[in-house]
Amino acid sequence: MTTATEHPRREALVQLIRELTAVPGPSGHEQSVRARLQELVAPYADEVRVDPLGNLIVTGRSRKGEGGGPQSRRIMLAAHMDEIGVIAIHIDDDGFVRIRPIGGVSPTMLLAQRVRFTNGTVGVVGSEPVEKPGDLTFEKLFVDIGAASKEEAQARIRIGDAASLCHRVEEAGSHRLIGKGLDDRSGCAVLVQTLRELADNPSPHAVYFVFTVQEEVGLRGAGPAAYGIEPDFALAVDVTATGDYPKAKTLDVGLGKGVAIKVQDRSVIAHRGVRELLVETAEAAGIPYQLEILPFGGTDAGAIHLTRAGVPSGVVSLPTRYLHTPGEMVDVRDLDAAVSLLLEVLRQDVIELGEP
Amino acid sequence: MTDRELIMQLSDAMGVSGEEGPVRDLIWSYVRASVDEAFTDTMGNLYVSRREGRKGPVLMVSAHMDEVGLMIHHIESDGLLRFSAVGGLDPRILPGRAVVVGPKQIPGVIGAPPIHLSSPGERKKALPMDDLYIDIGADDRAEAEKLVKPGDRAVFATKSEPFGDGLLKGKALDNRVGCALLVRTMAMDCPFPVTGVFTVQEEIGLRGARVAAYRVEPAMALILEGTTCADTPGTEDHEQSTRLGDGPAITFMDGSVIPNRVMVEALIEAAERAGVPWQWKRTTFGGTDGGAVHKVREGVPTAVLSVPCRYIHGPAAVMSLSDFDAARRTVAEFLAHVDGVWARIMEERGMHP
Repeated sequence: MTTATEHPRREALVQLIRELTAVPGPSGHEQSVRARLQELVAPYADEVRVDPLGNLIVTGRSRKGEGGGPQSRRIMLAAHMDEIGVIAIHIDDDGFVRIRPIGGVSPTMLLAQRVRFTNGTVGVVGSEPVEKPGDLTFEKLFVDIGAASKEEAQARIRIGDAASLCHRVEEAGSHRLIGKGLDDRSGCAVLVQTLRELADNPSPHAVYFVFTVQEEVGLRGAGPAAYGIEPDFALAVDVTATGDYPKAKTLDVGLGKGVAIKVQDRSVIAHRGVRELLVETAEAAGIPYQLEILPFGGTDAGAIHLTRAGVPSGVVSLPTRYLHTPGEMVDVRDLDAAVSLLLEVLRQDVIELGEP
Repeated sequence: MTDRELIMQLSDAMGVSGEEGPVRDLIWSYVRASVDEAFTDTMGNLYVSRREGRKGPVLMVSAHMDEVGLMIHHIESDGLLRFSAVGGLDPRILPGRAVVVGPKQIPGVIGAPPIHLSSPGERKKALPMDDLYIDIGADDRAEAEKLVKPGDRAVFATKSEPFGDGLLKGKALDNRVGCALLVRTMAMDCPFPVTGVFTVQEEIGLRGARVAAYRVEPAMALILEGTTCADTPGTEDHEQSTRLGDGPAITFMDGSVIPNRVMVEALIEAAERAGVPWQWKRTTFGGTDGGAVHKVREGVPTAVLSVPCRYIHGPAAVMSLSDFDAARRTVAEFLAHVDGVWARIMEERGMHP
């Protein structure tokens, strides 16, 4: 990995991702991630609040005496705190824990993985014998938490407790990270780093850094957050799939080729004006970028853009391989580019969005 | 009126999604004496409130009035009625059932070839809904048109009745059992104002509850439901949704909502204070009005409490009156201490009410 002196921002991003992925936060159980983020953002924020669903809403530093002018925009940036996981639905007589998925979890992926419940309890996913891999369903899976009896298991976890994968982040080569929960702790790290760097030279706009809940179960947190903020426009910062591994489906997004600017996915067609703002800003500042057209999946922008009377929304995407596995992979240079792009946008004195 | 009579009358009323009027009228006759305010919105949601002498944020308690059923869409020249499903109905359970059709409650039967006239191969397959029809005994289209018209709803002709040891069967226990619980709720003590909402069109996509929550703007929401119950032979322990007689079911996650944790804990504590059994709802699929309500405006902390019902969305669901009684006591305890629940929710958010 590059040294701190060469690339202090990249080093900071790696450190943030290490800290943020170390904390379990399956959808609906984000409180530990939120608590860690609250500590991280507090020195750089004007205001920090938690809304009724648990979204963390952080108001960035404003330019004293200059903010709030007629040119000033209300800008919402959103990255989701939650990750995929499992939830305990039953503890059997021998202390094995039956589970169901939280978000898009493949039972095949889950088999033999270690999981950590939000209260710290660790277990491994086992399966009843199945004839062929296709027979592996959630009904066959269980988590073995090392308990010898129902009573022992019940003393350590309860029905309704949730767990996520628990692999630590590893560095691979000079620029890449492998880990679980990079979807979307990478986005959270990008927002925290942007907030930090913005504090030295604040935006003339009112900027809301929102860490949302329950994205993985259907974009549930972001809409209510946007309702409360009433932004002039919004940017989701989330991972996206790539098409750059052997025999991958055609997808013109690759690792290390820059931040991706979304054109559309299944949940949103990026507002043309927002997309052009991102593209023109990246061009002008020489920030590497790629355009993303994703034929599946969705992001918080899908919920935000339909809030109230509609919110022009776009997505700053972070290319990621092997999504929803313990081996998600990102390139720190792409995250670096994402921070640059956000800072360049937020520091523009006047932002005029083009036609949709 | 006893709980049993209340549930039976409600279950027998006809209220397929979008046509909840008869159920709403019946409910109004029960609750009018115990509420300060009432209102029906353009969709047909019934709002009843108790505010007098109460202070603080509003608790919304809701139960959907609508039931799954059939809608007549075409009358054949021979007087037979073609229909489609309103809400989730399994075509396998339809052939041969007695039904009642339309506001005039015309008796009919869902026609299908009898066993004598079908081949062994045919008998192994369920008939698709498009092949079925309702026979109301009309000679031709003209006679049928005097009795029914396209758009009329039909429901199973089941009359509710008690049986077994404290059990009850009925066609629409999902969710008249929740409506009965909400009727009782409106008579309960609570430090905060309570708005009860009897919602419409839950079965076709949680439609009424969303606009209701927008109007009420509640601080918290409690959804009352009749939920699936699978405690029947051949179902493994961990695949059972709920068990009849084990008390009301508390949801930790379903396909539409992850309930607020503080409210879930509070429901458990309420059941334990009341000294009644409770159980987890152990499946995580399906949805309730909670799925719509919790995302309204800036978001609403929401929880779901259900009475287990076997065979829902069929001609006769089965519930236990002891589960209803335990649910009622749980709700009463929850309401009595809802101020403490609210304080804990605000504390979790780092706010001091």
